[in-house]
Amino acid sequence: MENLLHIGKDIPRTAEIDKVTGRAVYIDEYKRPGMLYGKILYSRHAHARIRSINTEKAKNVPGVRAVLTGYDIPDVRVGFLGDQTVLKKDVVRQFRDEVAAVAAITPEIAEEALKLIEVEYEPLPAIFDPLEAMKPDAPLVHETDARGRPLRSNILPLPWKFNAGDVEKARQESAYTVTDSVSTPWINQCCMGTSGCVAEFDGNNNLMFCGQTNVIFGAKQRIQTYLSNIGLKGKKIRVINPVVGGSFGTKLDTDIYEFICIQLALKTRKPVRIRFTREEEFMALPPRQASRFTIEQGCDKNGLLTFRKVEAILDNGAYTSWGATTPSVMMLPISSMYRVPNVSFQATCVYTNNIYSQAMRGYGNPQAAFAVETSMDHLAEAAGIDAAEFRMINRNHPGDVTPMNLKITTCPLEQCITTVKEKIKWDEKRGKRNGRGVGMASLIHVAGGARVYLSDGTGIRIKANENGEVDVLSGSTDQGQGSPTVIAQIVAEATGFKPEDVNIVFGDTALGLWDAGTHASRHTFVAGNAAVRAGEKVKQQILELAVQYIPKMVKRSMKQQKKKNPDFVEPELDYTLIDSPEKLDMKNRMIFPKTAPDHPYFKTEVSKILTSGLHVGVGESKAVVAEVFWDPPTEMLNAEMKGNYSCTYAFGAAGVEVEVDRQTGEVKILKLVSAHDVGRAVNPTLVKGQIYGAAYIGIGYGLTERVQIVDGKVVNPNFRDYKILTANDAIPVEAVIIEDPDPAGPYGAKGIGEPGLVPTAPAIANAVYDAIGVRIKDLPITPEKVLAALKAKEG
Amino acid sequence: MKKEITFTLNNEKVVVEVDPGWTLLYLLREVFELTGTKEGCGVGECGACTVIVEGDAVNSCLYPALEAEGKNVVTIEGVAASDGTLHPLQQSFIENNGVQCGYCTSGMIMSAKALLDKKAVPSEEEIRTGIAGNICRCTGYVQIVESIQKAAERMKK
Repeated sequence: MENLLHIGKDIPRTAEIDKVTGRAVYIDEYKRPGMLYGKILYSRHAHARIRSINTEKAKNVPGVRAVLTGYDIPDVRVGFLGDQTVLKKDVVRQFRDEVAAVAAITPEIAEEALKLIEVEYEPLPAIFDPLEAMKPDAPLVHETDARGRPLRSNILPLPWKFNAGDVEKARQESAYTVTDSVSTPWINQCCMGTSGCVAEFDGNNNLMFCGQTNVIFGAKQRIQTYLSNIGLKGKKIRVINPVVGGSFGTKLDTDIYEFICIQLALKTRKPVRIRFTREEEFMALPPRQASRFTIEQGCDKNGLLTFRKVEAILDNGAYTSWGATTPSVMMLPISSMYRVPNVSFQATCVYTNNIYSQAMRGYGNPQAAFAVETSMDHLAEAAGIDAAEFRMINRNHPGDVTPMNLKITTCPLEQCITTVKEKIKWDEKRGKRNGRGVGMASLIHVAGGARVYLSDGTGIRIKANENGEVDVLSGSTDQGQGSPTVIAQIVAEATGFKPEDVNIVFGDTALGLWDAGTHASRHTFVAGNAAVRAGEKVKQQILELAVQYIPKMVKRSMKQQKKKNPDFVEPELDYTLIDSPEKLDMKNRMIFPKTAPDHPYFKTEVSKILTSGLHVGVGESKAVVAEVFWDPPTEMLNAEMKGNYSCTYAFGAAGVEVEVDRQTGEVKILKLVSAHDVGRAVNPTLVKGQIYGAAYIGIGYGLTERVQIVDGKVVNPNFRDYKILTANDAIPVEAVIIEDPDPAGPYGAKGIGEPGLVPTAPAIANAVYDAIGVRIKDLPITPEKVLAALKAKEG
Repeated sequence: MKKEITFTLNNEKVVVEVDPGWTLLYLLREVFELTGTKEGCGVGECGACTVIVEGDAVNSCLYPALEAEGKNVVTIEGVAASDGTLHPLQQSFIENNGVQCGYCTSGMIMSAKALLDKKAVPSEEEIRTGIAGNICRCTGYVQIVESIQKAAERMKK
């Protein structure tokens, strides 16, 4: 690959200096004159009929500006299946159901007023187990659908079915088969900055919405639909981001509190901020869904996979957000992790009176990978083949087209597995059963966008200012992953400026071009590709100006020198060296002839060209500006759930060494190696940051994290009882970057936001089995479960 | 019933009327508008609100504002030099990717500063213990620990 100046360099995150000085403006600091504070009253039952709501006392509290219930606002349905209203007035179906909201001059007054709202409920039979909820006589969570048609079942009408080849035939022909049932818990995303937004209408009822969404145009569209449905058709909406304190999936959908905030702002004619407490973040924000899988796999006598059959049951909770669409990503590892010719997958999403669920880093992949990768270990054992070797035998190859029609381009999975094996000392440590063990898991994930909407594109506009600064207007968002640095590196490489010349504006629908959102590990790949293309156009424009102005500037300079020094002899200059843009190049701000890079007269600093070239006189002139909207060449899933929905795929492997205490059941991770195919690392330090961070969330998924829900109620809504890892856990994680530049990526880069999370938990589970000979099939692997499994094994 | 207190805030003497119910976090954020100190949980479990009082890192969300009387309080806004030059910790967090979303960063830097002020070159274990009360969801702590180690090295020189 060509000699790159900025790609592959550890450029510091200088653009985010405000985060280390305390100046960054998160939603907590986003303040508008006269702003009010909104608070939400939630249901006290998992399922109940609301008999009455009395808000009189609350309304009379001094400082309260509005109290809203479902009776005060239009009865408009929201959500992707339209299965809920913003404020619930007839029936509540979960503890987090929003029953009323208050806006007041301080958050404390709003809180006080909430306590004075009297709601009378008539409890209804509730259902919390998805298996029970699937039974024909189960109480219904919803009696009708969004259009008012009667429902007969709690099973959602979502067609998550995938078939390829002939699973039945393959099963009969298999030498070995295994069947396992595994389950994964609700996981809270635990963004350190809690949820919040500020809504503000102007006198024309146009809305300024400052929200944490990572899909600003999607949010705008949903809000527009909502406003239209409540009688504010045609109103303008501008969505902007504050600095966002983490996302991990929580900012993908527009949440109910955001619609409530809009209603409070509309009612009071004042800006209103809602900001969640940590307790609300646990109790009223949709987590990663709880899932159950039955997985059956088979292989022939040589260890080649013959089939994979997976059935999943997902606890949808009471309403539907993106959690119900995670099977579209579960399908990815189920159909395409390793070569497996015959596949069937079916996912059933079931309404219950539990909290509803949404997206989290990795979408459905960590759930499905837990099933696939623990089953792989099991099958390897049944076939008598080493688990690493078994993965190697079945690994994906470049050029493969998988049963889901995914087109594998670059694929260094072999190298990932080998690296992990070496670093974890697999051959030396595997199979000892002495309380210590090693385990492994692999992953495949989208790494070149994900066509889940009609467009998977991103627009980037780049303008070079007359002083040599470059502004990049992006329709994307940054939630902390380091995009301002990475995009600056890409723009600098493509244009010939330096990364520090680049100023990036994210998260503003008025300034940015359309973008499908910073999700699905797509930002570096898709926005990066748009940035390369726009950057090249900007460079071309600058070089065109240079052809025009360098000769003029050189001649002017000669004249001046002659004036100063009459003895000055004008050198013979070959102006054909710079008579077309193709003969010029620009690097690190300097424009120069390609054939004479250090030419003493022609080598020119770009800002001189820009100063001369822009604002050249009266009438129409040209600014140096280019924009590119780039949408990867991919396909939507068809009716059979097949289609190449990403431009490229990332592979990786995790290896874990554990020590299991047979007395306490405690699992200690001695080492975790996470090796990832990143195409090319634009900024290795930042890439490692993504791998470390994701791996840590993966360890929590494997060992400690679980939103505990008892009869529909979250009973551990705090960091004391919801255990996320701290620095004291001191788990040694080694992140390994495997580079195999992808032809479609910006300078070869693939997405890496989510992959680190995916293989971690199954690798831990497999290591635990290697250590003590019991398979824990229900995450997280707590000491209680380990002890119970040991006890069961030893009889 | 407000009470007047006097204390040193980021090297300046301040006099302020304080409600007995206020936490130091509330006083800092709402009265002094020093909003770099964050409220991540409000109950002393996440460390985002960490400030330094009399040399010790404390959770300002639990610390009664009245208790600041006569004390020396430093927040993230008081860490850089008065001319704006970043503290080696701040510089190191930027250079070593110790910051991602940034929400825990203020508290993390304050805990690290309290540690380095007491022990110039702490061991990795001491660093990890020093920031054990600061939860970060983005980084897995690896590059935060590295940032603190490298800042300590730089400060030693």
